[in-house]
Amino acid sequence: MSEQIVIIGAGQAAVQAVTTLKAEGFAGSIIMVGDEAYPPYQRPPLSKAYLLGKLERERLFLKADSFYPEAHCQMLLGVSARAIDRKAMTVLLSDGSRKPYDKLLIATGTRVRQIQVPGAELPGVHYLRSIADVDRLSPEIVAGKKLAVVGGGYIGLEVAAVAQKRGLEVTVFEALDRLMARAVSPQLSAFYEQAHRAEGVQFCFKTGVEAFEGHGKVERLRAGGKLYPADLVLVGIGAIPNVELAKEAGLTCQDGIVVDRFCTSVSDPAIFAAGDCTRHHGHNGEEIRLECVQNAIDQAKHAALAMLGKPTPYREVPWFWSDQYDLKLQIAGLSRPGDQLVVRGDPATRKFAVFHLREGKVACVEAVNAAPEYIVGRKLIADGTPIAAARLADTAIPMKNIV
Amino acid sequence: MPKIKYIEENGKEHVVEVPVGWSVMEGAVKNLIPGIDADCGGACACATCHVYVDPAWNAKMPPMGDMEETMLDFAQDREATSRLSCQLKVTEAMDGLVVRMPKSQH
Repeated sequence: MSEQIVIIGAGQAAVQAVTTLKAEGFAGSIIMVGDEAYPPYQRPPLSKAYLLGKLERERLFLKADSFYPEAHCQMLLGVSARAIDRKAMTVLLSDGSRKPYDKLLIATGTRVRQIQVPGAELPGVHYLRSIADVDRLSPEIVAGKKLAVVGGGYIGLEVAAVAQKRGLEVTVFEALDRLMARAVSPQLSAFYEQAHRAEGVQFCFKTGVEAFEGHGKVERLRAGGKLYPADLVLVGIGAIPNVELAKEAGLTCQDGIVVDRFCTSVSDPAIFAAGDCTRHHGHNGEEIRLECVQNAIDQAKHAALAMLGKPTPYREVPWFWSDQYDLKLQIAGLSRPGDQLVVRGDPATRKFAVFHLREGKVACVEAVNAAPEYIVGRKLIADGTPIAAARLADTAIPMKNIV
Repeated sequence: MPKIKYIEENGKEHVVEVPVGWSVMEGAVKNLIPGIDADCGGACACATCHVYVDPAWNAKMPPMGDMEETMLDFAQDREATSRLSCQLKVTEAMDGLVVRMPKSQH
């Protein structure tokens, strides 16, 4: 009998795995299990162009429908996996069926972290992760309404930018003292705060939300002991990896399914994992869990190759992007507290970059409307090229000639 | 609907209809034409949708933005008619457009 691969999840990693399996000539069958109603789609535009109404739903889908049968992939949508039986090598689905596997790929991604305060269940309190979430939120994005954004991270700020453009009054509540604190340097945080303020967004820092209140729907929120009126709320306070299935099946998990360099579970050679749900060795060796398209795509490629008996180690430098107003933020690498920060260019021009130097090499670059800095920075990180801070800061030297 | 011809690096040709308003990149990806990765989905963030526009068509393409220009500067094997296909919005006037794909997107 030919080999069968089961993929739990139907996101970016799942579709990439199918793409790579197809490209490598995999002749067996694939079953992809997704608990949403839609075939695999891009999530990044959800909080950007799709929410803004500039991108039709159809354009979110990653592949044409005909792709899946051509790749010998049967897609089961609106179905979730309930249990993995590692001994029998089967996956139990919510429709009661059991699917046997020779190789299993877990690409379950993350789910939103829910806010645990009174009133959190009131209508008008939104999260943003799926098409369905945006389709619920979108009709409420109406000029003149007051939007409270809880959490000053990527999702919260991208939604704030869209809503501000659409004429809402936006206030962002952030528990820490700066924006995107987990992800970017203080210089970037300050720049983005100023950019949003210039558009009219208001901020309450070091302000945890205590409750949502209202009759039948959210009307205000209580934060830092004060009441703020709100017609709608968007909560963006992070994500939790979907590891329960893996954990129950006895696979090692530590805030993510632990995989080796080949995206194989450290507990079972027939099980692989890719994307947001994995804890893995980053390009510089440290153990990390990432939430980004790059990692989903690249890990899925490596997992697919490993499933085919052609393992290659995953060492890609991670990269991220965010669109807010006319600002394109591109980040490569991972920063660490204690890195030496070097600013190249003048933030006032809305075109600059922050390099993070560690032991004389670039560890991370944050580029705002600055593609050369981003692209060359990414290469410097991958190659581990030693470079002087003064050189990076000198805009008289074009990035092309920086080394 | 405008028809676009995509030519793979090995010479294989694909002619597909692409809706007006979509990008040349989307036309390739949705029709399973190999050679364009478009990892970022069209956000002009990754430079993995590089194409060579047929010289006869180059003048009819929309102007290049700063971001695309600089991203292309660092693409492998850039030529005079290199573009990022995610930035080429399809119009009726592009019926018959021909693009070629490079050896590699990375």
